[in-house]
Amino acid sequence: MTVTSPVAGAAAPAPPRAPDPPPGRRLARRVSLLLAVPALLVLLVFFVVPALRLLWLSVTTPEPGFGNYTALVADDVTTTIVLRTLLMAAVVTVVCVLVAYPYAYLMTIVSGRWRGVLLAVVLVPFWTSLMARTFAWVVLLQDNGVVNQVLGAVGLGPVRLLGTTAGVTLAMAQVMLPFVVLPVYTAMRGIDRRLVDAALSLGARPVTAFTRVYLPLSLPGVAAGATLVMVLSLGFYVTPSLVGSPQQSMLAQFISVQVNQLVDFGAAGALAVTLLVVTLLLLGGVRMLTRTRGATGSGIAGGLT
Amino acid sequence: MTDRAGATIRAEALTKRFPGASAPAVDAVDLHVAAGEFMTLLGPSGSGKTTTLNMIAGFEEVTSGRILLDDDDIARLPAHRRNLGMVFQSYALFPHMTAAQNVAFPLRQRKVGKAETARRVAEALELVHLGGHGDRLPSQLSGGQQQRVALARAVVFSPRALLLDEPLGALDKKLRESLQLEISRLHSELGITFVFVTHDQEEALALSDRIAVFRDGRIEQVGTPTELYETPASRFVATFLGDSNVFTGTVHGGLLDTGSAQLHCDGPDGPGCLVVRPERLRIGAAPADGANRLSATVSDVVYQGAFRRILVRFDDGSTGLVRDAGDAATTTRGDRVEVSWPAAAGVLVPETAAERVGAGVGSGSGVGVGAGVGVGA
Repeated sequence: MTVTSPVAGAAAPAPPRAPDPPPGRRLARRVSLLLAVPALLVLLVFFVVPALRLLWLSVTTPEPGFGNYTALVADDVTTTIVLRTLLMAAVVTVVCVLVAYPYAYLMTIVSGRWRGVLLAVVLVPFWTSLMARTFAWVVLLQDNGVVNQVLGAVGLGPVRLLGTTAGVTLAMAQVMLPFVVLPVYTAMRGIDRRLVDAALSLGARPVTAFTRVYLPLSLPGVAAGATLVMVLSLGFYVTPSLVGSPQQSMLAQFISVQVNQLVDFGAAGALAVTLLVVTLLLLGGVRMLTRTRGATGSGIAGGLT
Repeated sequence: MTDRAGATIRAEALTKRFPGASAPAVDAVDLHVAAGEFMTLLGPSGSGKTTTLNMIAGFEEVTSGRILLDDDDIARLPAHRRNLGMVFQSYALFPHMTAAQNVAFPLRQRKVGKAETARRVAEALELVHLGGHGDRLPSQLSGGQQQRVALARAVVFSPRALLLDEPLGALDKKLRESLQLEISRLHSELGITFVFVTHDQEEALALSDRIAVFRDGRIEQVGTPTELYETPASRFVATFLGDSNVFTGTVHGGLLDTGSAQLHCDGPDGPGCLVVRPERLRIGAAPADGANRLSATVSDVVYQGAFRRILVRFDDGSTGLVRDAGDAATTTRGDRVEVSWPAAAGVLVPETAAERVGAGVGSGSGVGVGAGVGVGA
């Protein structure tokens, strides 16, 4: 998973098309394609083959046909889980964007030393084991945990968090935060501060200068981060299964149950394919949206997957 | 485009102190820009010229002092309510808007109607010779074209003054010259007040009605280009604007004693610097009455087409620069020459303690002139 800079190449005009290179150069270019072979091999063995196998299983087990898919659509539980997964992913994304945007902005205006501190605050959890962080949330979210003690102290608690979607959302948002902060910060760092001054000098009120100039220029970063979080959230397994409950399960947990407890590879395959399709649709949608917005946002979706 | 005249801009005891800095960036500056005037703030980097402009524009808070636009004190008004056009060195065009949308931006903020906006945008783009480029994004325009769009955007709402922050600094020499003409033409066509910041003395001399020379947060001298060039008030101004030969010494009854020579000059007794422009020096010419004359050795001759720059070493070891238009066409390196000039060609400026320490620093364009015939040299 890499967070690529969404703006670096975005604003640059299309380079003029180079004239046809001499034959020697062309050969060298073709040979250089070999550099991609190791990565393609890994993808093929560990992603394409298993994905195709799942697809195959979903239409062959227990008997050939689309039985698994019709069962999915017919089953209320599945529909509920898919919708719940989509909703939770959306909520986590919104929470992440709302928290990350001001945070990233703060990073662009403070001094170098404070920027380092803020970056470390984002990144240190990122480098910590996901399991360790999730178990930390289990401890924090207990009925008599720190979060509830604080809520109780201000007269809002206790609230049941562990095993609820609220708890899962909170924990997931924290886990996903770096994925929004980093691309948004990158996008903001590329914005010339004088643009805001220019807008002010032209008569724009500070709020207008922000919404008409700064915000649109930072949106590619937001789109990149939000897509990343949305896609990751859709298939998230560890945090929902530890912090959440089987009654409020998300799609990945449900697939795991099909495989590990019900040993129903057909249904699991159908669910996995559904998840993949939803994810691809989402990426395609982002791509279309950003393309219609012109050169500014192109390559966002592409830079992520 | 506008039928209103330019505004007067008056800075009174304008001061800017950045937190943590020992000296103020702008130190009690008084500046009076007349209506419709082209005023250039000239100075080396860190001299306070840009900070002064940013305070006028409203991007930098004023520590103390007043800024009067006509009769209104705008020093505490937020930038967006000052109604001043601004052009930035980095163009600062909005990259996600076309040229026309950029130019329309200030009109949108002023709730100008659609048809009126379209008309004025077209007019403004025409004014900078970019009609037909309105639908291009800034990234599809060259640097010079981008700066023209920025100019159009800064004047489309008929501001009564235009502030320009080194607008030509990012362009190459050729483009810079053509845009200089453009800015000059805009100034006479629009008739509004221009405040122009630059560190390029040639640009300042070419464009300005008057120039304010900044140094260490203060204004060293204000005057027309001719005044500044012909009668600099200080050694700093003399060496920052154009090349100068500077002779340091003590004046006694119309004679400057440099320690190795007596030079005719016009000024009060006491320590002083005699400034002589390179084009006023003659090599080998027969001296007239009251003329100054020094023996020297030619150390280099640089051919520049219309003239040649002749570097000389005077007999006391100091260096000088002569700009020769053809009289000394046969002079070559190593020649023994007589350098002379009429007494009226020199300007006596006071010598301050700080300058004695920093003698030899600061020549307008590179050549190591300015060391002069120092007292201790």
